[in-house]
Amino acid sequence: MPHPSPRRARVLLAAGTGLALALTACGGTTKDDVKADYAAPAPAGPADPGAATKKDLTVGFLPKQVNNPYFTTAGKGGERALAELGSHYKEVGPGSATDTAGQVSYVNTLTQQRVDAIAVSAQDPGALCTALRQAMRGGIKVVTYDSDTTPGCRNAFVSPAGAEDLGRVQVRLLARQIGYKGEIAILSAAQTATNQNTWIGHMKDELKDPKYKDIRLVGIAYGNDDAQQSFQQTQGLLQEHPDLKGIISPTTVGIKAAARYLSGSKYRGKVRLTGLGTPNDLRRYVKNGTVEAFALWDPDRLGALAARTAVALASGQISGRRGETFRSGGTTYTLGENGVIDLGEPTVFDARTIDRYHF
Amino acid sequence: MPEPLTRAVRWDTVVGALLIVLSLLSFGCVDGFGNALNLSFLLGNTLPIALIALPMTLLVVSGDVDLSVASTAGLSGAVLGRLWNEGLAIQTIIPLCLLLGVACGLVNGLLVTRLGLPSLAVTIGTLAAYRGIAQIVLGSDTVTDFPPQYLDFAAGRIGDSFLPRAFPLFLVLLALAAVVLHATPFGRSLYAIGAGEEAARFAGIRVRRTKLVLFVATGFMSALTGVFWALHYASARYDNATGLELSVVAAVLLGGIDFDGGRGTIGGALAGVFLLGALQNVMSLLDVSAQSQTVVTGVLLVVSVLGPRLARRFAVARRPA
Repeated sequence: MPHPSPRRARVLLAAGTGLALALTACGGTTKDDVKADYAAPAPAGPADPGAATKKDLTVGFLPKQVNNPYFTTAGKGGERALAELGSHYKEVGPGSATDTAGQVSYVNTLTQQRVDAIAVSAQDPGALCTALRQAMRGGIKVVTYDSDTTPGCRNAFVSPAGAEDLGRVQVRLLARQIGYKGEIAILSAAQTATNQNTWIGHMKDELKDPKYKDIRLVGIAYGNDDAQQSFQQTQGLLQEHPDLKGIISPTTVGIKAAARYLSGSKYRGKVRLTGLGTPNDLRRYVKNGTVEAFALWDPDRLGALAARTAVALASGQISGRRGETFRSGGTTYTLGENGVIDLGEPTVFDARTIDRYHF
Repeated sequence: MPEPLTRAVRWDTVVGALLIVLSLLSFGCVDGFGNALNLSFLLGNTLPIALIALPMTLLVVSGDVDLSVASTAGLSGAVLGRLWNEGLAIQTIIPLCLLLGVACGLVNGLLVTRLGLPSLAVTIGTLAAYRGIAQIVLGSDTVTDFPPQYLDFAAGRIGDSFLPRAFPLFLVLLALAAVVLHATPFGRSLYAIGAGEEAARFAGIRVRRTKLVLFVATGFMSALTGVFWALHYASARYDNATGLELSVVAAVLLGGIDFDGGRGTIGGALAGVFLLGALQNVMSLLDVSAQSQTVVTGVLLVVSVLGPRLARRFAVARRPA
């Protein structure tokens, strides 16, 4: 590399900018030229609802992060369901919930190992697409659970309860707890998490209802599903907004960290906390009055349904089209718009009911 | 002891040999390793690290380091996504992203050379700053709808072969880096600077100018990697490539480039990059858990810092007096 003189550098810069401008002038490829061609789900050939359930299949579970209690519970559900159906469970995944490249390479690994189906909770709606489409071309069935990809990159999505229900129920819970009045904030996970952002969208929509006219959403903080960061973000929210009346944390890691902070501070019982959490995490905070009520679906059931869906896809009973049905474990499941299967209404936990649940 | 044998215990040759042994073993014993599809996955996933490792090798040889590379890549990807959303043509956006990388490198270089600050401290600072700007630029958006021919270029392979389509471009850049470091006066001056900055200055080498050029080149390559990453994974987000700087530094160290400067070869860096990449691929195929993979990588790193020193001591001891 020769020493560029300042003059030469300037000429290069000018040439580069000139070239860029020239290319703009000639048109070029813009967003408008590219139609979203991944919008429709990828149907896996014709479906035969009467086909026999295949046995001895291998379903690879790929959570957002391994050793995360929530995904471990979902994995246990999947493992149990697969054992009931006579098939095999296997789990791989990255150690960090924001390691997109890691998740992509795990999809590739499962493709290489020729599993029959992949059940994946996507860190990112687009990043897994190339790898998942490659897997589907190789005959592997793909079902997303917990967090979806673009519909064209999988056969079906098992949704953990309607996203809209989940968003709205959290606002309703908090509004009741603070008497429909005051400043509230949200403590989310990663700023890019698809499911979090969808729920937050529905929360904002719910807040438009006139009955919430005295409630003001003053901030959204991101704890990146890290206990320490979430703890600090909670502290930050309270310092920044001294009149804060309540916090919604739609993430199991976030709500636990926020509960830990509130429980040890002067805000306990004064600032209300709700969101999505697991009964085991929050039991002591419900008992000591930090948390009144919160919601969640059962991740164990979510994992089980993902496993059943994967087996139904691999057996050819469904292909991912709307209206298809399959029977498993005595229940009939129906595919909705874009191959989405809903787990059902979220469960609300409070001091009366929490001891009935253990996960 | 004949000269070729003492040369053979050089650390970068050891790493190269390890890479060949690992590849041969995996071909024979690991199911799913040897086919074209898997090899293309391996190369494609390793390319971002390899791309940044090229300028990083030159920088570390001269005794400096740039830890802001992954943030620069993230920023470049975030700008790519934002401008694409704004409706600009992709042919305009990519050159702009590369220019932005040059600017990031220039900031690093100026802070190091004009203020005389240590590059480690400066680039830890800009690591945070560039990532922050990326977050401001793109926020929580994920942009995925880039033109298919660009996505295919970054993620596809040449026909049914194991070579990613972007591989020839990498080979050109690799050749360029190798020639610059090993066959030009500029390259020799980097070793001189790494061995002793004062001495190099007295020898008439324009140390500050040289370093500035290196930081700019690193910024440019980081931005290029950022664009490649966003297209390879069809995903422009502010947190793209988080932590990539550690993989790059790990690979470069493993390749025998001395962190104190003055020693190392492009060949060694390349062997280090692909040894780590192949190892990760094989461990995944063998169902080694993510945590154990991290441990293996960590142990390798410690070995790679010790290894070259031991290898040198061995070579010196064997040299006839």
